[in-house]
Amino acid sequence: MSIFDILGPVMVGPSSSHTAGAVRMGQIARRLVGGEPVRARILLAGSFASTGAGHGTPRALVAGLMGFMPDDERIPRSFEIAGERGLAYEFGTVQLRDAHPNSALLTVENERGERVEVGASSPGGGRILVFSLDGLPTAFSGEVPTLIVRCEDRPGHVSRVTGVVAAQGINMSKLRVERDERGGTAIMVIECDQRIPYKVKMAISAIEGVRKVTRLNPGEESK
Amino acid sequence: MSDYSSVSQLLALSEAAGLPLWKTVQITDCAEQNMSEADSWAKMADMLAVMKSADAGYDRRQRSLSGLSGGDGGKMEDYLASGRAVSGPLVGRMIAAALKMGECNACMKRIVAAPTAGACGVLPAVLLPCGEVLGLPDEKLIEALYAAAGFGRIIAGKASISGAQSGCQAEIGSASAMASAAVVQLRDGTGRQMANAAALALKSLLGLACDPVGGLVEVPCIKRNVIGAVNALTAAEMALAGIESRIPADEVIEAMGEIGDMMPSSLRETAQGGLAATETGRKWGNGNG
Repeated sequence: MSIFDILGPVMVGPSSSHTAGAVRMGQIARRLVGGEPVRARILLAGSFASTGAGHGTPRALVAGLMGFMPDDERIPRSFEIAGERGLAYEFGTVQLRDAHPNSALLTVENERGERVEVGASSPGGGRILVFSLDGLPTAFSGEVPTLIVRCEDRPGHVSRVTGVVAAQGINMSKLRVERDERGGTAIMVIECDQRIPYKVKMAISAIEGVRKVTRLNPGEESK
Repeated sequence: MSDYSSVSQLLALSEAAGLPLWKTVQITDCAEQNMSEADSWAKMADMLAVMKSADAGYDRRQRSLSGLSGGDGGKMEDYLASGRAVSGPLVGRMIAAALKMGECNACMKRIVAAPTAGACGVLPAVLLPCGEVLGLPDEKLIEALYAAAGFGRIIAGKASISGAQSGCQAEIGSASAMASAAVVQLRDGTGRQMANAAALALKSLLGLACDPVGGLVEVPCIKRNVIGAVNALTAAEMALAGIESRIPADEVIEAMGEIGDMMPSSLRETAQGGLAATETGRKWGNGNG
């Protein structure tokens, strides 16, 4: 544990879990949909639903969708800024079974009409965990370089995708594959020891049957 | 140099290397994070800069989203300016600084979690006024932040710095222990004095429940930053006077973790017990929920 996990992070208050973590959830949903979000439906669960308003959780989520960092002083004005930028958002509540008390379900659409549904929780300290993606269970935090590949469920996809990663000399620390049904949609989550360069994303995107590739490199969240 | 996970290990590392405790904390972190000492120093200097800028940017008209907090730092400053303060300029300024930082956090301003957002007022409320009153340069305050971070890291590893896990003793208590070590560093005290200061500070806040009204980081969190800061100062003064904690720091930290484990969940940030469950607390809580 670094001493800067103790003295830090620098963040906009009032709560590392309900404010800073909520910003990170919005950021990760933004990265997963790709491009510029234009519409978002955000369902708050558990403690996010009951105490979120007083913690600025909704404003923090919208700030994250616009790519703000957790220490951005514009977070309290995120609703107004979203209005100026043409990001429409609506909030509701949801009951999530077996989820951490600090959770939300974000359905986000970009300017090309592409959609993603992200379920995430914020266990504390500003860290988050994505537990579902487009209705499939998953588990990643974005704290280490992570590749998320959404593709058709076909034989050989895992080996082709991991082949691209290996060819770049990148070491994988974790690989998880989920699918909705045989021959349906599969999601591969690959955590790596090294930063994932753009050309890896491009090479994987070119594989037949791959629908969407997202790379999360820590420190590059706002891009 | 190897790592430390207890106060006794940190003291041993520091004494074996013949280095001040704060420097040992810095070097260990740099080795672990693969960071240069210059980059580490710049990062810590930035933490101090954010603390100073939040303190300077305090706006007494600001209110939190819930309407529960805001303006008390301004009241305290007016009272100090009137010259009627009983506690004198240092303690008076500490009270004001703790309230201001806690209110900044509640009002969605930029703060440094130290070790948490709810306890973000304790360290700056000790360091900034002490720096001013003692006329210390920023370098001394940054060294003190390293000393504080070293103790915080040990507490986080051996026990907890989370109110949801171990109650307020883990947030304000830990921050107070960290700040007391920082004060000892400001006076160039020894590592052993810092360990005694941290132990004395944490002992005085053992058992403190996390019972926030409406589940918000406001009541009683903001004003508990005041007691965390003042308690840090008195613990440091005792340690600098040569007074020792009969229970060593490592054992106090372990006791804090054990007490946290024994706490009912109603007193661990769930807003179901203590102040949150009082008649008035419930009224405010319902207004928010």
